[in-house]
Amino acid sequence: MIGLQHYLTISAMLFVLSIAGIVINRRNLILLLMCIELMLLAVNFNFIAFSRHLGDDTGQVFVFFILTVAAAEAAIGLAILVVLFRNRRSINVQELNTMKG
Amino acid sequence: MELTDYISAAPEMTLLGLICVVLIADLFVEDERRMLTFWMSIAALVITGWSLLATAPVDRVVVFSGSYVSDPLSQILKITAVGFVALAFLYARDYLRANGLHKGEFYTLGLFGLLGMMIMISANSLLTMYLGLETLALSLYALVAIDRDNATSAESAMKYFVLGAIASGALLYGISWIYGVTGTLKFEEIATAIAADPGLNSLPLWFGLAFVIVGIAFKFGAVPFHMWLPDVYQGARTPVTLYLASAPKLAALALTLRILVDGLGGLHDVWSDMIMVVAVLSLLVGNVIAIAQTNIKRMLGYSTIAHVGFILLAVFCGTDKGYAAALFYTLTYIVAAAGAFGIVILLSRRGFEADNISDFKGLNARSPWFALMMMFLMLSFTGVPPFIGFFGKLNVIDAVLSSGYTGLAILMVLAAVVGAFYYLRVIWYMYFEPAEDQAVLQASPDTRLLLSANGVAVLALGIVPGWLWALCTQIALSMR
Repeated sequence: MIGLQHYLTISAMLFVLSIAGIVINRRNLILLLMCIELMLLAVNFNFIAFSRHLGDDTGQVFVFFILTVAAAEAAIGLAILVVLFRNRRSINVQELNTMKG
Repeated sequence: MELTDYISAAPEMTLLGLICVVLIADLFVEDERRMLTFWMSIAALVITGWSLLATAPVDRVVVFSGSYVSDPLSQILKITAVGFVALAFLYARDYLRANGLHKGEFYTLGLFGLLGMMIMISANSLLTMYLGLETLALSLYALVAIDRDNATSAESAMKYFVLGAIASGALLYGISWIYGVTGTLKFEEIATAIAADPGLNSLPLWFGLAFVIVGIAFKFGAVPFHMWLPDVYQGARTPVTLYLASAPKLAALALTLRILVDGLGGLHDVWSDMIMVVAVLSLLVGNVIAIAQTNIKRMLGYSTIAHVGFILLAVFCGTDKGYAAALFYTLTYIVAAAGAFGIVILLSRRGFEADNISDFKGLNARSPWFALMMMFLMLSFTGVPPFIGFFGKLNVIDAVLSSGYTGLAILMVLAAVVGAFYYLRVIWYMYFEPAEDQAVLQASPDTRLLLSANGVAVLALGIVPGWLWALCTQIALSMR
Protein backbone atom coordinates (compact mmCIF):
# COMPACT_ATOMS: atom_id res chain seq x y z
CA MET A 1 0.00 0.00 0.00
CA ILE A 2 1.39 3.38 -0.99
CA GLY A 3 0.98 5.84 1.87
CA LEU A 4 1.76 9.44 2.68
CA GLN A 5 5.36 8.70 3.58
CA HIS A 6 6.10 7.34 0.11
CA TYR A 7 4.92 10.53 -1.52
CA LEU A 8 6.89 12.63 0.96
CA THR A 9 10.00 10.56 0.27
CA ILE A 10 9.67 11.05 -3.49
CA SER A 11 9.14 14.75 -2.95
CA ALA A 12 12.18 15.00 -0.68
CA MET A 13 14.26 13.09 -3.25
CA LEU A 14 13.19 15.46 -6.02
CA PHE A 15 13.99 18.43 -3.80
CA VAL A 16 17.45 17.12 -2.93
CA LEU A 17 18.06 16.27 -6.59
CA SER A 18 17.24 19.82 -7.64
CA ILE A 19 19.53 21.29 -4.96
CA ALA A 20 22.30 18.90 -5.99
CA GLY A 21 21.77 19.88 -9.60
CA ILE A 22 22.17 23.55 -8.73
CA VAL A 23 25.27 22.98 -6.61
CA ILE A 24 27.06 20.49 -8.85
CA ASN A 25 26.24 22.03 -12.23
CA ARG A 26 29.06 24.38 -13.25
CA ARG A 27 28.40 24.58 -16.96
CA ASN A 28 25.03 25.65 -18.14
CA LEU A 29 22.62 28.26 -16.79
CA ILE A 30 19.65 26.64 -18.51
CA LEU A 31 20.21 23.52 -16.44
CA LEU A 32 20.05 25.76 -13.36
CA LEU A 33 16.65 27.08 -14.44
CA MET A 34 15.46 23.52 -14.98
CA CYS A 35 16.60 22.59 -11.46
CA ILE A 36 14.64 25.52 -10.05
CA GLU A 37 11.50 24.28 -11.83
CA LEU A 38 12.13 20.81 -10.47
CA MET A 39 12.35 22.24 -6.96
CA LEU A 40 8.95 23.89 -7.29
CA LEU A 41 7.49 20.65 -8.64
CA ALA A 42 8.86 18.80 -5.60
CA VAL A 43 7.02 21.29 -3.40
CA ASN A 44 3.83 20.76 -5.43
CA PHE A 45 4.13 17.02 -4.88
CA ASN A 46 4.34 17.62 -1.15
CA PHE A 47 1.31 19.91 -1.16
CA ILE A 48 -0.85 17.47 -3.07
CA ALA A 49 0.18 14.56 -0.87
CA PHE A 50 -0.63 16.51 2.29
CA SER A 51 -3.85 17.84 0.82
CA ARG A 52 -5.04 14.32 -0.01
CA HIS A 53 -3.96 13.03 3.38
CA LEU A 54 -5.69 15.82 5.31
CA GLY A 55 -8.79 15.80 3.09
CA ASP A 56 -8.38 19.57 2.74
CA ASP A 57 -8.48 21.39 -0.61
CA THR A 58 -6.32 24.38 0.34
CA GLY A 59 -3.12 22.57 -0.55
CA GLN A 60 -4.32 21.90 -4.08
CA VAL A 61 -5.28 25.55 -4.51
CA PHE A 62 -1.78 26.48 -3.39
CA VAL A 63 -0.39 24.23 -6.13
CA PHE A 64 -2.26 26.20 -8.80
CA PHE A 65 -0.73 29.40 -7.51
CA ILE A 66 2.75 27.86 -7.45
CA LEU A 67 2.36 26.68 -11.05
CA THR A 68 1.32 30.17 -12.15
CA VAL A 69 4.16 31.85 -10.30
CA ALA A 70 6.61 29.27 -11.66
CA ALA A 71 5.58 30.21 -15.19
CA ALA A 72 6.17 33.91 -14.48
CA GLU A 73 9.46 33.09 -12.80
CA ALA A 74 10.65 31.05 -15.78
CA ALA A 75 9.73 33.93 -18.11
CA ILE A 76 11.79 36.41 -16.11
CA GLY A 77 14.66 33.95 -15.69
CA LEU A 78 14.86 33.28 -19.42
CA ALA A 79 14.63 37.00 -20.16
CA ILE A 80 17.60 37.68 -17.87
CA LEU A 81 19.40 34.76 -19.52
CA VAL A 82 18.91 36.35 -22.95
CA VAL A 83 20.22 39.70 -21.68
CA LEU A 84 23.23 37.95 -20.17
CA PHE A 85 23.95 36.03 -23.36
CA ARG A 86 23.73 39.16 -25.51
CA ASN A 87 26.29 40.89 -23.31
CA ARG A 88 28.60 37.98 -22.65
CA ARG A 89 28.11 35.52 -25.53
CA SER A 90 28.20 32.75 -22.94
CA ILE A 91 25.87 31.09 -20.44
CA ASN A 92 28.59 29.30 -18.55
CA VAL A 93 28.02 29.41 -14.78
CA GLN A 94 31.74 29.56 -14.06
CA GLU A 95 32.11 32.78 -15.99
CA LEU A 96 29.74 34.64 -13.67
CA ASN A 97 32.63 35.86 -11.56
CA THR A 98 33.42 39.47 -12.42
CA MET A 99 32.46 40.71 -8.94
CA LYS A 100 34.73 39.75 -6.08
CA GLY A 101 35.25 40.62 -2.43
CA MET B 1 -17.22 38.50 1.39
CA GLU B 2 -18.45 41.85 2.58
CA LEU B 3 -17.90 45.47 1.71
CA THR B 4 -15.61 45.97 4.71
CA ASP B 5 -13.24 43.41 3.17
CA TYR B 6 -12.74 45.66 0.19
CA ILE B 7 -12.36 48.79 2.31
CA SER B 8 -9.52 47.24 4.31
CA ALA B 9 -7.70 46.26 1.12
CA ALA B 10 -8.53 49.55 -0.65
CA PRO B 11 -4.92 50.85 -0.68
CA GLU B 12 -3.66 47.77 -2.55
CA MET B 13 -6.56 47.87 -4.99
CA THR B 14 -6.07 51.60 -5.57
CA LEU B 15 -2.38 51.03 -6.21
CA LEU B 16 -3.05 48.15 -8.61
CA GLY B 17 -5.56 50.25 -10.56
CA LEU B 18 -3.17 53.19 -10.72
CA ILE B 19 -0.27 50.99 -11.84
CA CYS B 20 -2.40 49.79 -14.76
CA VAL B 21 -3.16 53.42 -15.65
CA VAL B 22 0.55 54.33 -15.52
CA LEU B 23 1.44 51.23 -17.53
CA ILE B 24 -1.00 52.03 -20.32
CA ALA B 25 -0.34 55.77 -20.32
CA ASP B 26 3.39 55.11 -20.58
CA LEU B 27 2.83 53.34 -23.90
CA PHE B 28 1.76 56.62 -25.47
CA VAL B 29 4.56 58.77 -24.04
CA GLU B 30 7.62 59.52 -26.16
CA ASP B 31 11.08 59.19 -24.67
CA GLU B 32 11.64 62.96 -24.35
CA ARG B 33 8.44 63.37 -22.35
CA ARG B 34 9.08 60.47 -19.98
CA MET B 35 8.82 62.87 -17.03
CA LEU B 36 5.09 62.46 -17.43
CA THR B 37 5.41 58.83 -16.33
CA PHE B 38 7.50 59.95 -13.40
CA TRP B 39 4.91 62.46 -12.21
CA MET B 40 2.09 59.96 -12.73
CA SER B 41 3.98 57.43 -10.59
CA ILE B 42 4.50 60.02 -7.87
CA ALA B 43 0.79 60.88 -8.07
CA ALA B 44 -0.05 57.17 -7.78
CA LEU B 45 2.09 56.96 -4.65
CA VAL B 46 0.49 60.06 -3.15
CA ILE B 47 -3.01 58.68 -3.80
CA THR B 48 -2.03 55.30 -2.33
CA GLY B 49 -0.60 57.04 0.73
CA TRP B 50 -3.79 59.04 1.10
CA SER B 51 -5.97 55.92 0.82
CA LEU B 52 -3.81 54.26 3.49
CA LEU B 53 -4.45 57.16 5.85
CA ALA B 54 -8.14 57.24 4.95
CA THR B 55 -8.64 53.55 5.72
CA ALA B 56 -6.42 53.46 8.82
CA PRO B 57 -7.58 50.60 11.05
CA VAL B 58 -8.25 51.41 14.68
CA ASP B 59 -7.74 47.83 15.68
CA ARG B 60 -6.78 44.54 14.12
CA VAL B 61 -9.12 43.79 11.18
CA VAL B 62 -8.95 40.38 9.51
CA VAL B 63 -10.71 40.11 6.15
CA PHE B 64 -10.99 37.88 3.05
CA SER B 65 -11.74 34.73 5.08
CA GLY B 66 -8.72 35.29 7.28
CA SER B 67 -6.16 35.71 4.48
CA TYR B 68 -5.53 39.39 4.92
CA VAL B 69 -4.95 41.54 7.99
CA SER B 70 -4.96 45.26 8.54
CA ASP B 71 -3.50 46.38 11.87
CA PRO B 72 -1.28 49.16 13.28
CA LEU B 73 1.86 47.22 12.26
CA SER B 74 0.73 46.93 8.64
CA GLN B 75 -0.28 50.59 8.65
CA ILE B 76 3.11 51.98 9.70
CA LEU B 77 5.09 49.60 7.49
CA LYS B 78 2.97 50.38 4.42
CA ILE B 79 3.09 54.15 4.88
CA THR B 80 6.87 54.01 5.30
CA ALA B 81 7.21 51.72 2.26
CA VAL B 82 5.18 54.12 0.09
CA GLY B 83 7.32 57.02 1.32
CA PHE B 84 10.60 55.26 0.56
CA VAL B 85 9.53 54.13 -2.88
CA ALA B 86 8.64 57.75 -3.63
CA LEU B 87 12.03 58.84 -2.29
CA ALA B 88 13.79 56.26 -4.47
CA PHE B 89 11.93 57.55 -7.55
CA LEU B 90 12.84 61.15 -6.74
CA TYR B 91 16.53 60.34 -6.26
CA ALA B 92 16.58 58.12 -9.34
CA ARG B 93 15.09 60.56 -11.83
CA ASP B 94 18.16 62.72 -12.60
CA TYR B 95 20.51 59.74 -12.66
CA LEU B 96 18.31 57.78 -15.05
CA ARG B 97 17.98 60.74 -17.40
CA ALA B 98 21.72 61.37 -17.42
CA ASN B 99 22.48 57.73 -18.19
CA GLY B 100 19.86 57.15 -20.88
CA LEU B 101 17.89 54.77 -18.68
CA HIS B 102 14.85 56.95 -18.18
CA LYS B 103 12.24 54.40 -19.18
CA GLY B 104 8.75 53.89 -17.85
CA GLU B 105 9.65 50.34 -16.78
CA PHE B 106 11.68 51.60 -13.84
CA TYR B 107 8.61 53.25 -12.36
CA THR B 108 6.06 50.54 -13.17
CA LEU B 109 8.33 47.79 -11.84
CA GLY B 110 9.00 49.89 -8.76
CA LEU B 111 5.27 50.30 -8.21
CA PHE B 112 4.60 46.58 -8.75
CA GLY B 113 7.34 45.87 -6.21
CA LEU B 114 5.56 48.18 -3.77
CA LEU B 115 2.31 46.29 -4.36
CA GLY B 116 4.13 43.06 -3.50
CA MET B 117 5.52 44.62 -0.34
CA MET B 118 2.09 45.84 0.74
CA ILE B 119 0.59 42.40 0.19
CA MET B 120 3.39 40.81 2.23
CA ILE B 121 2.94 43.34 5.01
CA SER B 122 -0.79 42.60 5.22
CA ALA B 123 -0.54 38.85 4.68
CA ASN B 124 -2.36 36.73 7.21
CA SER B 125 -1.89 33.38 5.52
CA LEU B 126 1.10 31.62 4.05
CA LEU B 127 -0.48 31.74 0.58
CA THR B 128 -0.94 35.52 0.65
CA MET B 129 2.60 35.89 1.98
CA TYR B 130 4.01 33.77 -0.83
CA LEU B 131 2.14 35.68 -3.53
CA GLY B 132 3.26 39.05 -2.14
CA LEU B 133 6.83 37.81 -1.87
CA GLU B 134 6.89 36.67 -5.50
CA THR B 135 5.29 39.91 -6.75
CA LEU B 136 8.08 41.79 -5.03
CA ALA B 137 10.87 39.41 -6.03
CA LEU B 138 9.92 39.18 -9.72
CA SER B 139 9.80 42.98 -9.96
CA LEU B 140 13.20 43.23 -8.29
CA TYR B 141 14.86 40.69 -10.62
CA ALA B 142 13.71 42.70 -13.61
CA LEU B 143 14.72 46.01 -11.99
CA VAL B 144 18.26 44.79 -11.37
CA ALA B 145 18.55 43.85 -15.06
CA ILE B 146 17.02 47.13 -16.26
CA ASP B 147 20.27 48.30 -17.90
CA ARG B 148 20.16 45.84 -20.77
CA ASP B 149 23.57 46.66 -22.23
CA ASN B 150 25.47 46.31 -18.99
CA ALA B 151 27.12 42.92 -18.50
CA THR B 152 27.65 43.45 -14.76
CA SER B 153 23.99 44.27 -14.19
CA ALA B 154 22.95 41.19 -16.14
CA GLU B 155 25.33 39.01 -14.16
CA SER B 156 24.09 40.30 -10.81
CA ALA B 157 20.47 39.94 -11.96
CA MET B 158 21.15 36.31 -12.87
CA LYS B 159 22.73 35.62 -9.49
CA TYR B 160 19.88 37.35 -7.72
CA PHE B 161 17.33 35.41 -9.74
CA VAL B 162 18.88 31.98 -9.15
CA LEU B 163 19.49 32.48 -5.43
CA GLY B 164 16.13 34.18 -4.93
CA ALA B 165 14.36 31.32 -6.66
CA ILE B 166 16.17 28.79 -4.46
CA ALA B 167 15.11 30.82 -1.42
CA SER B 168 11.48 30.81 -2.58
CA GLY B 169 11.74 27.06 -3.16
CA ALA B 170 13.11 26.47 0.34
CA LEU B 171 10.45 28.71 1.86
CA LEU B 172 7.72 26.88 -0.05
CA TYR B 173 9.06 23.49 0.98
CA GLY B 174 8.95 24.65 4.59
CA ILE B 175 5.43 26.01 4.11
CA SER B 176 4.28 22.67 2.69
CA TRP B 177 5.48 20.89 5.85
CA ILE B 178 3.84 23.44 8.13
CA TYR B 179 0.64 22.97 6.14
CA GLY B 180 0.95 19.20 6.35
CA VAL B 181 1.43 19.21 10.11
CA THR B 182 -1.10 21.86 11.14
CA GLY B 183 -3.59 21.38 8.28
CA THR B 184 -4.00 25.10 7.63
CA LEU B 185 -2.27 28.07 5.98
CA LYS B 186 -3.70 30.87 8.12
CA PHE B 187 -1.43 32.26 10.81
CA GLU B 188 -4.06 32.37 13.56
CA GLU B 189 -5.19 28.82 12.89
CA ILE B 190 -1.58 27.61 12.84
CA ALA B 191 -1.01 29.27 16.23
CA THR B 192 -4.26 27.77 17.60
CA ALA B 193 -3.43 24.30 16.27
CA ILE B 194 0.00 24.36 17.91
CA ALA B 195 -1.41 25.64 21.20
CA ALA B 196 -4.21 23.05 21.19
CA ASP B 197 -2.00 20.03 20.50
CA PRO B 198 1.50 20.20 22.01
CA GLY B 199 2.23 16.92 20.18
CA LEU B 200 2.49 18.91 16.94
CA ASN B 201 5.55 20.67 18.30
CA SER B 202 7.86 17.93 17.13
CA LEU B 203 10.26 16.97 14.38
CA PRO B 204 8.08 17.34 11.23
CA LEU B 205 7.10 20.89 12.19
CA TRP B 206 10.69 21.79 13.11
CA PHE B 207 11.79 20.45 9.74
CA GLY B 208 9.38 22.80 7.98
CA LEU B 209 10.38 25.64 10.28
CA ALA B 210 14.07 25.22 9.41
CA PHE B 211 13.30 25.61 5.68
CA VAL B 212 11.13 28.65 6.35
CA ILE B 213 13.99 30.25 8.29
CA VAL B 214 16.36 29.53 5.40
CA GLY B 215 13.91 31.38 3.14
CA ILE B 216 13.61 34.32 5.54
CA ALA B 217 17.40 34.55 5.97
CA PHE B 218 17.85 34.53 2.17
CA LYS B 219 15.34 37.33 1.67
CA PHE B 220 16.86 39.41 4.46
CA GLY B 221 20.40 38.69 3.24
CA ALA B 222 21.60 37.14 6.51
CA VAL B 223 24.74 34.97 6.69
CA PRO B 224 25.16 32.15 5.54
CA PHE B 225 22.55 33.00 2.88
CA HIS B 226 23.97 36.43 2.02
CA MET B 227 25.97 35.60 -1.13
CA TRP B 228 23.63 37.45 -3.48
CA LEU B 229 23.48 40.69 -1.56
CA PRO B 230 26.92 42.31 -2.15
CA ASP B 231 26.94 41.26 -5.82
CA VAL B 232 23.46 42.64 -6.44
CA TYR B 233 24.17 45.89 -4.58
CA GLN B 234 27.33 46.36 -6.64
CA GLY B 235 26.03 45.17 -10.00
CA ALA B 236 22.65 46.93 -10.04
CA ARG B 237 22.51 50.56 -11.15
CA THR B 238 22.63 52.84 -8.10
CA PRO B 239 18.95 53.92 -8.09
CA VAL B 240 17.94 50.26 -8.19
CA THR B 241 20.30 49.55 -5.30
CA LEU B 242 18.72 52.44 -3.42
CA TYR B 243 15.27 50.98 -4.03
CA LEU B 244 16.46 47.51 -3.03
CA ALA B 245 18.19 48.71 0.14
CA SER B 246 15.26 50.64 1.56
CA ALA B 247 11.60 49.60 1.32
CA PRO B 248 12.00 45.80 0.79
CA LYS B 249 13.65 45.58 4.23
CA LEU B 250 10.26 46.55 5.70
CA ALA B 251 8.63 43.71 3.79
CA ALA B 252 11.32 41.30 5.00
CA LEU B 253 10.61 42.40 8.58
CA ALA B 254 6.89 41.83 8.02
CA LEU B 255 7.66 38.38 6.59
CA THR B 256 9.65 37.52 9.72
CA LEU B 257 7.18 38.91 12.24
CA ARG B 258 4.06 37.51 10.58
CA ILE B 259 5.38 33.98 10.11
CA LEU B 260 7.54 33.56 13.18
CA VAL B 261 5.50 35.56 15.69
CA ASP B 262 1.88 35.53 14.47
CA GLY B 263 2.01 31.98 13.11
CA LEU B 264 4.74 30.07 14.88
CA GLY B 265 5.00 32.14 18.07
CA GLY B 266 4.43 28.94 20.06
CA LEU B 267 7.69 27.57 18.70
CA HIS B 268 9.81 30.46 19.93
CA ASP B 269 12.12 28.10 21.84
CA VAL B 270 12.89 26.26 18.62
CA TRP B 271 13.30 29.13 16.17
CA SER B 272 15.10 31.52 18.52
CA ASP B 273 18.26 29.38 18.43
CA MET B 274 18.28 29.23 14.63
CA ILE B 275 17.69 32.98 14.36
CA MET B 276 20.45 33.64 16.88
CA VAL B 277 23.05 31.66 14.91
CA VAL B 278 22.11 33.44 11.67
CA ALA B 279 22.12 36.86 13.37
CA VAL B 280 25.46 36.44 15.11
CA LEU B 281 27.11 35.19 11.91
CA SER B 282 25.66 38.18 10.03
CA LEU B 283 27.05 40.60 12.60
CA LEU B 284 30.54 39.11 12.42
CA VAL B 285 30.83 38.34 8.70
CA GLY B 286 29.14 41.58 7.59
CA ASN B 287 31.32 43.85 9.69
CA VAL B 288 34.61 42.06 9.04
CA ILE B 289 34.29 41.64 5.26
CA ALA B 290 33.04 45.22 4.83
CA ILE B 291 36.47 46.45 6.00
CA ALA B 292 38.15 44.91 2.96
CA GLN B 293 35.88 46.56 0.39
CA THR B 294 36.93 49.28 -2.04
CA ASN B 295 33.55 49.65 -3.74
CA ILE B 296 31.17 51.73 -1.63
CA LYS B 297 28.02 49.97 -2.85
CA ARG B 298 29.57 46.63 -1.96
CA MET B 299 30.71 48.00 1.39
CA LEU B 300 27.19 49.23 2.13
CA GLY B 301 25.96 45.78 1.09
CA TYR B 302 28.11 44.11 3.75
CA SER B 303 27.08 46.82 6.19
CA THR B 304 23.44 45.91 5.45
CA ILE B 305 24.24 42.32 6.37
CA ALA B 306 25.64 43.53 9.70
CA HIS B 307 22.54 45.68 10.34
CA VAL B 308 20.30 42.71 9.52
CA GLY B 309 22.16 40.92 12.31
CA PHE B 310 20.95 43.58 14.73
CA ILE B 311 17.35 43.36 13.48
CA LEU B 312 17.30 39.57 13.76
CA LEU B 313 18.82 39.65 17.26
CA ALA B 314 15.97 41.95 18.31
CA VAL B 315 13.46 39.47 16.88
CA PHE B 316 15.35 36.64 18.59
CA CYS B 317 14.44 38.01 22.06
CA GLY B 318 10.81 37.09 21.50
CA THR B 319 9.58 39.86 23.78
CA ASP B 320 7.41 42.86 22.96
CA LYS B 321 10.42 45.03 23.65
CA GLY B 322 12.45 43.01 21.14
CA TYR B 323 9.81 43.30 18.41
CA ALA B 324 9.52 47.05 19.06
CA ALA B 325 13.31 47.34 18.82
CA ALA B 326 13.37 45.38 15.53
CA LEU B 327 10.69 47.66 14.08
CA PHE B 328 12.47 50.80 15.31
CA TYR B 329 15.81 49.60 13.94
CA THR B 330 14.40 48.77 10.51
CA LEU B 331 12.48 52.03 10.19
CA THR B 332 15.49 54.14 11.13
CA TYR B 333 18.12 52.08 9.30
CA ILE B 334 16.46 52.52 5.92
CA VAL B 335 16.41 56.31 6.38
CA ALA B 336 20.21 56.29 6.55
CA ALA B 337 20.55 53.65 3.82
CA ALA B 338 18.40 55.64 1.37
CA GLY B 339 20.44 58.76 2.16
CA ALA B 340 23.80 57.04 1.66
CA PHE B 341 22.86 55.67 -1.75
CA GLY B 342 21.33 59.07 -2.55
CA ILE B 343 24.78 60.63 -2.01
CA VAL B 344 26.37 57.99 -4.27
CA ILE B 345 23.82 58.99 -6.94
CA LEU B 346 24.59 62.66 -6.34
CA LEU B 347 28.31 62.12 -6.96
CA SER B 348 27.85 60.20 -10.20
CA ARG B 349 27.20 61.81 -13.56
CA ARG B 350 26.88 60.79 -17.20
CA GLY B 351 29.23 57.88 -17.83
CA PHE B 352 30.77 58.07 -14.36
CA GLU B 353 29.74 55.91 -11.40
CA ALA B 354 30.96 57.23 -8.06
CA ASP B 355 30.97 53.73 -6.64
CA ASN B 356 34.51 53.54 -5.29
CA ILE B 357 35.19 54.69 -1.76
CA SER B 358 38.13 56.67 -3.15
CA ASP B 359 35.64 58.75 -5.17
CA PHE B 360 34.67 60.34 -1.86
CA LYS B 361 38.19 61.72 -1.34
CA GLY B 362 38.17 65.44 -0.75
CA LEU B 363 34.39 65.74 -0.93
CA ASN B 364 34.60 68.41 1.77
CA ALA B 365 36.54 70.67 -0.60
CA ARG B 366 34.05 70.08 -3.42
CA SER B 367 30.86 70.37 -1.44
CA PRO B 368 31.13 70.96 2.32
CA TRP B 369 27.39 70.63 2.83
CA PHE B 370 27.02 67.18 1.25
CA ALA B 371 30.22 66.01 2.93
CA LEU B 372 28.53 66.97 6.19
CA MET B 373 25.37 65.08 5.18
CA MET B 374 27.42 61.98 4.30
CA MET B 375 29.18 62.29 7.66
CA PHE B 376 25.80 62.39 9.44
CA LEU B 377 24.71 59.23 7.61
CA MET B 378 27.97 57.39 8.30
CA LEU B 379 27.89 58.37 11.98
CA SER B 380 24.30 57.15 12.15
CA PHE B 381 25.34 53.78 10.66
CA THR B 382 28.17 53.61 13.18
CA GLY B 383 25.82 54.31 16.05
CA VAL B 384 27.24 57.55 17.42
CA PRO B 385 24.91 59.67 19.55
CA PRO B 386 22.95 61.86 18.95
CA PHE B 387 22.27 60.26 15.55
CA ILE B 388 19.28 57.94 15.18
CA GLY B 389 21.43 54.85 14.55
CA PHE B 390 22.65 55.08 18.13
CA PHE B 391 19.13 54.75 19.53
CA GLY B 392 18.36 51.86 17.19
CA LYS B 393 21.37 49.95 18.50
CA LEU B 394 20.68 51.03 22.09
CA ASN B 395 17.12 49.70 21.96
CA VAL B 396 18.20 46.36 20.50
CA ILE B 397 20.98 45.95 23.08
CA ASP B 398 18.56 46.95 25.84
CA ALA B 399 16.02 44.37 24.64
CA VAL B 400 18.69 41.65 24.46
CA LEU B 401 19.95 42.57 27.95
CA SER B 402 16.46 42.48 29.48
CA SER B 403 16.05 38.99 28.06
CA GLY B 404 19.21 38.07 29.96
CA TYR B 405 21.75 37.56 27.18
CA THR B 406 24.71 39.62 28.41
CA GLY B 407 27.22 37.83 26.15
CA LEU B 408 25.24 38.70 23.04
CA ALA B 409 25.02 42.34 24.09
CA ILE B 410 28.80 42.50 24.48
CA LEU B 411 29.24 40.88 21.07
CA MET B 412 26.94 43.48 19.50
CA VAL B 413 28.92 46.34 21.01
CA LEU B 414 32.19 44.81 19.76
CA ALA B 415 30.72 44.30 16.29
CA ALA B 416 29.61 47.95 16.25
CA VAL B 417 33.14 49.02 17.16
CA VAL B 418 34.60 46.96 14.30
CA GLY B 419 31.98 48.47 12.01
CA ALA B 420 33.03 51.99 13.02
CA PHE B 421 36.32 51.42 11.19
CA TYR B 422 34.95 51.33 7.67
CA TYR B 423 32.35 54.04 8.21
CA LEU B 424 34.96 56.37 9.68
CA ARG B 425 37.27 55.63 6.74
CA VAL B 426 34.71 57.23 4.43
CA ILE B 427 34.67 60.31 6.68
CA TRP B 428 38.49 60.34 6.72
CA TYR B 429 38.56 60.24 2.92
CA MET B 430 36.06 63.08 2.65
CA TYR B 431 37.82 65.42 5.05
CA PHE B 432 41.52 64.58 5.11
CA GLU B 433 42.41 63.35 1.62
CA PRO B 434 42.89 65.53 -1.46
CA ALA B 435 40.21 65.24 -4.12
CA GLU B 436 41.08 63.17 -7.19
CA ASP B 437 38.03 64.33 -9.06
CA GLN B 438 37.27 68.05 -9.24
CA ALA B 439 34.00 67.94 -11.20
CA VAL B 440 31.19 70.12 -9.92
CA LEU B 441 28.27 68.16 -8.48
CA GLN B 442 25.33 68.17 -10.84
CA ALA B 443 21.94 67.82 -9.22
CA SER B 444 18.64 69.56 -9.49
CA PRO B 445 17.62 71.81 -6.58
CA ASP B 446 14.86 69.48 -5.41
CA THR B 447 17.26 66.51 -5.23
CA ARG B 448 19.65 68.65 -3.19
CA LEU B 449 16.82 69.68 -0.90
CA LEU B 450 15.63 66.08 -0.43
CA LEU B 451 19.15 64.81 0.26
CA SER B 452 19.68 67.58 2.79
CA ALA B 453 16.38 66.72 4.44
CA ASN B 454 17.40 63.07 4.50
CA GLY B 455 20.76 63.85 6.10
CA VAL B 456 19.25 66.21 8.64
CA ALA B 457 16.52 63.63 9.41
CA VAL B 458 19.00 61.16 10.92
CA LEU B 459 20.14 63.93 13.26
CA ALA B 460 16.67 65.31 13.99
CA LEU B 461 15.21 61.85 14.67
CA GLY B 462 18.20 61.16 16.90
CA ILE B 463 17.56 64.31 18.94
CA VAL B 464 13.90 63.45 19.48
CA PRO B 465 13.64 59.63 19.20
CA GLY B 466 11.07 59.29 22.01
CA TRP B 467 7.89 59.53 19.95
CA LEU B 468 9.04 56.92 17.42
CA TRP B 469 10.04 54.51 20.18
CA ALA B 470 6.68 55.06 21.91
CA LEU B 471 4.93 54.33 18.60
CA CYS B 472 6.97 51.16 18.01
CA THR B 473 6.29 49.93 21.56
CA GLN B 474 2.57 50.55 21.12
CA ILE B 475 2.57 48.62 17.83
CA ALA B 476 4.52 45.72 19.31
CA LEU B 477 1.95 45.53 22.12
CA SER B 478 -0.88 45.46 19.56
CA MET B 479 0.65 42.38 17.90
CA ARG B 480 -1.14 40.12 20.42
